[in-house]
Amino acid sequence: MSLRPALLPGALTLGALALVVGGALAALLAAAPPGVATGIRDDAYLGRVVAFTFWQAGLSALLAVGLAVPVARALARRSAFPGREALLRLFGLPLVIPVIVAVLGVVAVYGQNGLVNRALAAAGVATGPYLYGLAGILIAHVFFNMPLATRFLLYAWQAVPGESWRLASQFGMSSAQIFRLIEWPVLRQAIPGVAGLVFLLCFTSFAVVLTLGGGPAATIIEVAIYQALRLDFDLARAVTLALLQLALCAAFVAFGQRFAQPAPSAPTERRAVDRPDLDALAGRIADAAVILAATLYVALPLAAVLYRGLTGPVTRVLGDPTLWQAAARSLSVALSAGLIALVLGWCLLMTSRELRLRMYRKRLAEAVEWGGSLVLVVSPIVLGAGLFVLLLPLADVFEVGLGLVVAVNAVMGLPYVVRLLGPPLMRLAEHHDRLCASLGVAGWNRLRLIDWPALRRPAALAFAVAATLAMGDLGAIALFGTRETATLPLLLYRRMGSYRLDEAAVTALFLVMLCLLLFFVVERGMGGRGER
Amino acid sequence: MKRFAAVLAGALVAGLAFSATAAEKPTLTVYTYASFTSDWGPGPAIKQAFEAECDCRLDFVGLDTSAGILNRLRLEGARARADVVLGLDNNTMAEARDSGLLAPHRVDLGRLALPIAWDDDVFVPFDYGWFAFVYDRTRLAKPPASLAELVAGDASEKILIEDPRTSTPGLGLLLWMRKVYGDGAADAWARLKPRILTVTKGWSEAYGMFLDGEAPLVLSYTTSPAYHAIVEKDERFAAALFAEGHYMQVEVAAMTAGAKQPELARRFLAFVVSPGFQNAIPTGNWMYPVTDIPGGLPDAFAALPRPERTLLIAPGVIAAKRKQWIGDWLEAMSR
Repeated sequence: MSLRPALLPGALTLGALALVVGGALAALLAAAPPGVATGIRDDAYLGRVVAFTFWQAGLSALLAVGLAVPVARALARRSAFPGREALLRLFGLPLVIPVIVAVLGVVAVYGQNGLVNRALAAAGVATGPYLYGLAGILIAHVFFNMPLATRFLLYAWQAVPGESWRLASQFGMSSAQIFRLIEWPVLRQAIPGVAGLVFLLCFTSFAVVLTLGGGPAATIIEVAIYQALRLDFDLARAVTLALLQLALCAAFVAFGQRFAQPAPSAPTERRAVDRPDLDALAGRIADAAVILAATLYVALPLAAVLYRGLTGPVTRVLGDPTLWQAAARSLSVALSAGLIALVLGWCLLMTSRELRLRMYRKRLAEAVEWGGSLVLVVSPIVLGAGLFVLLLPLADVFEVGLGLVVAVNAVMGLPYVVRLLGPPLMRLAEHHDRLCASLGVAGWNRLRLIDWPALRRPAALAFAVAATLAMGDLGAIALFGTRETATLPLLLYRRMGSYRLDEAAVTALFLVMLCLLLFFVVERGMGGRGER
Repeated sequence: MKRFAAVLAGALVAGLAFSATAAEKPTLTVYTYASFTSDWGPGPAIKQAFEAECDCRLDFVGLDTSAGILNRLRLEGARARADVVLGLDNNTMAEARDSGLLAPHRVDLGRLALPIAWDDDVFVPFDYGWFAFVYDRTRLAKPPASLAELVAGDASEKILIEDPRTSTPGLGLLLWMRKVYGDGAADAWARLKPRILTVTKGWSEAYGMFLDGEAPLVLSYTTSPAYHAIVEKDERFAAALFAEGHYMQVEVAAMTAGAKQPELARRFLAFVVSPGFQNAIPTGNWMYPVTDIPGGLPDAFAALPRPERTLLIAPGVIAAKRKQWIGDWLEAMSR
């Protein structure tokens, strides 16, 4: 195999990731005081924990993606109703608001004293506690991930060429036939990647599982890692568990990848053609019902956050200069992390495109893409502690603290960039590679003339998602510890920790609004108005 | 353009001069938990009071939780950046001492007015409180009067607690149950289990859910009602007093063995038990000060009922047994 330059960016990115993660884990192991190491011994407990972790993450992914399919289909079929853009933007929110805020929002709707229970009580139906336990974990995980999965899947629909719809209408296909012959093949290609991502996210969803899980029977590996690292200071065990988590997820992803069925794509006329099954009344009603249900599901907990914020001490919180300083800090963290994630993701995809389309090494291409995603399940507390130990002799950790937060968040945003940007990038290459080769368009010119105009919308979305995720980050910043450099989520959490729950609610609302604004500005400014 | 250059040069000189004076003053670095050093915690007032008398800079570094402080200390080992750690408690003291990373304080603790005797040579206590179940008087007419009543009580009357693996009050309840029930603690937990609505990661989640009306009782501190009475002028909340007594938390400070400013660190530890520090505790950290403070406690604090019996387990025993007890708890709660 001759060395091709296009393999370099991905190889460098993966190498850097492996170096950072490996270095952090090794540094942590080296720092372990002798004699305390127990490694993994209490197998019965650990076995239960591993089983539960898989169970809840698997169910969450299944439900979130299973529900996202009809929602995305309804949204794809109804491409022009008023409020559609706003709805899609709303769908970007659950994942980026700090977990603790979202959990309290979910509790306000589904809790003991929540909206649903109160409505049922008013209707004379007595209910017991149903939220706390597996149900609560699933409700919250679907709330976080169904909207995201919907947005991902929507891209799959948009990839269906107009010619397919024209054929469908010429053949007079029914809705069911369209699904089977046109939509399912596209979905089959997209679902494993999306479900895998949701699975990884739920695998380490520490705060949700603990708070809504009802008790320690709902314990995931990440909690055991936390216990080993923070409570028992058993670094060897913490690192072992982190590696176990990584290995289990890698195995699962490799397994899931066998179901991915890539469909080759060919150049199309790129003309929008309406699908033929839009006019039937039953279909209209069904689509409206699905969209309405999904909107309610996502909007209600967010409305609870909104309500709490608006009824809180708004002027007192907004008048506090520390809020604005924190907002500025959060924005700069978000934009830097988002940009780095976008660049790294693009690097990975350049290489996987080369491997997939020009060298026909499909498995290797997938490995490159998933390599970036697996960073998601490197336990953040282990990674944080490891990086800390690694940097301790080299730099003043407090001076570079915010830089570390940017780095960790850029890496955490990488999987989203790969998932969002990957499919359109591959499609574009399949459509234009030959043309570019025959015209001799390459390098910078190709990026400027061919790739960027077609990719700026998905790139903007990827950047916006990565940036807003970083904006909502609490894990990394809380871990490294700061002098006076609070970000918005940290400010929010500190208010909660000092009984100021009402002020925290206003801060949460402010953070949500800032995320929305960022999303809007990035999607409009960077994505342009676009054709769709 | 010229004027701009002049302004720039001026700013540069001023900046250099400023950093030079800042560098001349010695800096005392104190690791603490985030809510202590936040704008709503006692940190800012304490910083101001200490800097007024020490001719130094006091730098608080806020870590996520109390457990995070000890963790950070151990990760740094001999490279510790902190001169003082503030926010460990009686339940983590033994492990912190055994790490060998702390040094004796040599502070005169004669002024202490703790409900228990204190003669530790490494740790200086800075506040204390008792764990308790807090309830809303308008929603719960008859709170449990003992731990036994809580354990045996109506399972439809739910309680919110925190996880001992991730939260200080959570560990406090584990030790409380252990102290009262001894080896029968696991059985008591199994009986309590149906009453537990959920076990949260931290205090904030549990307390937030309690205020939203999710459950009538939440594991917090006997001093929590004082916050609502003083800041929100809301008298609805009260702590249920238990006949068996209440488990106590004493929060402590200590200087590190590798402190770069050992003199300043000792001076700060002496300051910890002086009015300049202690005054900020009641309405800053919502705990009891460890000395009498000038002017006495705020009314809402003075009006709080105090437990008749204080329960404690020796730090050494906790360090030796905690892992096993948490294992037992996991077992009992997963049954």
